[in-house]
Amino acid sequence: MLKQKLVLALAATFVVTGAAYAQSARDYISVVGSSTVYPFTTAVAEQFGKGSKFKTPKVESTGTGGGFKLFCGGVGVQFPDVSDASRAIKKSEMETCAKNGVTEIVEIKIGFDGIVIASSKKTKPMALTIKDIWLALAKEIPEPGTGKLAPNPFKTWKEINPELPASKIEVLGPPPTSGTRDAFVELVMDHGCKEFAAIKELEKADEKKAKTVCQTIREDGAFIEAGENDNLIVQKLVANPNALGIFGYSFLEENLDKVQGETINGVIPNFDNIADGKYPVSRPLFIYIKKAHVGVIPGIKEFITEYTSEKAVGDEGYLGKKGLIPLPDAQRKQVSADANSLKTLAP
Amino acid sequence: MNKPTPAAVPAAFNRDIKTIVNAGLQRRHAAERRFRSYGLIAISLGLLFVVLMFANIIAKGYPAFWQTYVQVPISFDPAVIDPQGIRDPAAIESADYAALVRAGMRRMFPAVEGRTELRALYALVSSDATYELQRRIHQNPALIGSSQEIWLLASATVDTLVKGNIDRTLDETERSVKDNQIGWVDKLQATGKIEKQFNTILFSGGDSREPEQAGIRGALMGSFYTLLITFLLSFPIGVATAVYLEEFAPKNRWTDLIEVNINNLAAVPSIVFGLLGLAVFINFFSLPRSAPLVGGLVLSLMTLPVIIIAGRAALTSVPPSIREAALGMGASKLQMVGHHVLPLAMPGMLTGSIIGMARALGESAPLLMIGMVAFIVDVPKGIMDPATVLPVQIYLWSDLPERAFVERTSAAIMVLLAFMVLMNGLAIILRKRFERRW
Repeated sequence: MLKQKLVLALAATFVVTGAAYAQSARDYISVVGSSTVYPFTTAVAEQFGKGSKFKTPKVESTGTGGGFKLFCGGVGVQFPDVSDASRAIKKSEMETCAKNGVTEIVEIKIGFDGIVIASSKKTKPMALTIKDIWLALAKEIPEPGTGKLAPNPFKTWKEINPELPASKIEVLGPPPTSGTRDAFVELVMDHGCKEFAAIKELEKADEKKAKTVCQTIREDGAFIEAGENDNLIVQKLVANPNALGIFGYSFLEENLDKVQGETINGVIPNFDNIADGKYPVSRPLFIYIKKAHVGVIPGIKEFITEYTSEKAVGDEGYLGKKGLIPLPDAQRKQVSADANSLKTLAP
Repeated sequence: MNKPTPAAVPAAFNRDIKTIVNAGLQRRHAAERRFRSYGLIAISLGLLFVVLMFANIIAKGYPAFWQTYVQVPISFDPAVIDPQGIRDPAAIESADYAALVRAGMRRMFPAVEGRTELRALYALVSSDATYELQRRIHQNPALIGSSQEIWLLASATVDTLVKGNIDRTLDETERSVKDNQIGWVDKLQATGKIEKQFNTILFSGGDSREPEQAGIRGALMGSFYTLLITFLLSFPIGVATAVYLEEFAPKNRWTDLIEVNINNLAAVPSIVFGLLGLAVFINFFSLPRSAPLVGGLVLSLMTLPVIIIAGRAALTSVPPSIREAALGMGASKLQMVGHHVLPLAMPGMLTGSIIGMARALGESAPLLMIGMVAFIVDVPKGIMDPATVLPVQIYLWSDLPERAFVERTSAAIMVLLAFMVLMNGLAIILRKRFERRW
C-alpha cells in the first residue's frame, strides 16, 4: 500500500536526518539543569543573545539531578554544554561524567539564593530559631529528660516555644525532588537537630541513624508538600494566614506586599543579610561547563564572560534585580578569573 | 439476603395489582424527581466551575492584551550614533543607544539628579528601548541627526502600576515601584505621555525574561510544527490500522491481543511516552533534543491509540448492507473499503483525530523528557529548530517570580483555550455536517 511505503520512507528520513544532525555542528549553546537557577541563566542567555553575534542559548529546566544526568552523558553536540545546579556536583556524578569521557568540568559559583520561611502579612511575624523549626518539622524528636526518640508530639508553635503564637503548625514546602528541599534539609534540619545532646550522642554511636533522625520530615500533616511552584505557595499563604511557607528569596522579594519573611535566629531575610552571610539559610548556586565543548560550540567562552561580568552578577547587576544574591567582592573576582581561564575541577 | 418467606408470597399474589402499583407510584415519582434534580445539580456544579475558571482566567489575563508605552523625546545625536561621520553600518549598529534613551529620559525630567535617582528614572522604560532605537536607525538611517517623539516600551513594573495592580497605599519597601517613580509616572500620565496600546509583542515575540518583552509566538509556532508532525504521522497510520483491523484482519487470538494492547496504550500516562521518546528517538536515532520533530513523534505515539479506537468505531457504524452491496456488484474488498466504507467513515475518523490532536495540543508532561521544557527566545523556523509548546510556556511562566508574568500566563491560557475550543468546535461541525446516520 502507498501509505505503508510512505511510512517506510518517513522512518528512513528520520534515521538519515538524525545521523546528519549528529554530524553537523550545533550553533547555539545548550543549557540544562536546576529550576532554581533557570530564572538567572535565562536572563543571562537573553542578554547574551541580544548583545553578541551569537545565537541565544537554549535553557532547559530539568532539575539539578536531571541536568547532570544529561550533562554527564558524554562529549559531543547532542549533549548539553552547560548545567545549572542549585548544589555542588556530587562525587557520584563526577564519576558518571568521567566514565562517559567528560573529564574537564569548569565550576562557576554565580551567587547565593536565600531560602525563606514566610507567612501572610495578615499575621504577626514570628521569631523562629533553627531549633524551633526542627522541633516543629522533625518526624521523631528526643524526649526532654530521657533523650529517647519519640514521635513528634507538637501540634502548635506555642508548645515548642512559649513565645510563639498558639497557632497550629502548618508548613508548606517543596517536595523531595526539589533542590530547595535538599538545601532546606541540609541548612535547617541538619543544624537544628545538632542542638540536642541526645542526637550528638547518637551520632557518635550510629552516624547513619542520627542523619535519618535529623533529616526526616514528619508526615502527619504538619508539613504539606505544596509542589515545585513557589508562586503557588505564596497564593496558599495568602489564603491561609496560619500557615508558613518555604520558598526561594526571589519570590519573597517580588511578593513583599502579600507575605513577610520570618526572622531565623534573629536575622530577617533581606538582600543585605543574605549577601553578608548573616542569614543562616542560604546556599550557593552554580553553573558547570564542559571544557571539551569550548571552541566547538560557538560562544561558550563569551557566555562565561557574560555570566561572570559585573554587569550580570555584580552588586548592581541585572541578576541582582532578578533576586540573585551576589558573591562578596573578593570571591567574585576570584571566580571570574578562574572561570575565564577555564580552570577545571580536580577529578 | 433475605428471602421472602413461603407464607408471604401467596399473600402478595392475592393483593390487587392496582393497589400495589398505586402504593408504589408516589415513591417512584419521587425517585425520578430526585434523580433529575441530582442530574441538574451535577450539571450546574460543573457549569459553575467552568464559569468560575473562565472568569478567573479572563479577569487575570485580559489586561495582558494591552501594554503600556512611554513617549520619550529622543534626539538621534550623530555624535553618539556615528561619531566618525562616515555612516559605517557596523559602527552604527554597535552605537550606544542606551545613552540616547537616558538622555531622552533626562530631558523629560531635568530636575532629577544623583545616581540612584537617575537609575530609578531610567528603570521606567524597558531594556528593549535601546534595541528599539537600534532597529529604527537600521531601518531608516536618515533619522540620524533628527529629533523624534518615540513611544518606547514601559518596564513591567510601570505597566503593572498603570494597570492598577500595585497597591500605592503600601509602604515603599513593600512594593517594587518606588515613591519617586510613582510621582514620575503620574506626571507622565497627566501630560498624556503614557499610553496603553494593543500588546502586539505578546503575539509577535518569542520568550523573554522581561515580562513586557515576552511573547507566545515561539510557543505557538512550536505547537504548530509539533502538531503538524503528529497529524502527518498518526492520522495515516491510525486510519490504516483501524481499516486493517476492522475490515481485513481475521478475528483470532492475535487480533484480540492487539486490540487489548491498543486500548491499554490509550490509558498509559503520557510521561511514559516521553521516556520512550528519549530512549528511542534521541538516544538511539540521535535526533536533536528540543526539536518539534521529536515532540511530534512522541505525541503521535500518544494520539495513535485514540485515533485507532475512534476510527474503528466509525467503521463499525457503517452498516454491513453497504459492504454487501459493493461486494455484490463485483467490487474487490479493497475497492469496497476504499470507495464506500472509508468515505462514509471519514467524518467520524476526522472527529476522533481532531479530539486526539486537541489532547496533544494540551500535553506538556512527555515533552519534559525530550527537552522541550526550555527557554527559547528565537521563534522556530522548522521542525529541527529548538522549540517549546504552548502548555509548556504556560507552565514556565507560572513558575517565574515576576508579578507581571501572572497576567501573561493567564493570557497564554486564554490563547490555548481558544485553540482548544476551535478544534473541538471543528470536530462538532464536521460531525454535524458530514456524518450520516442509518
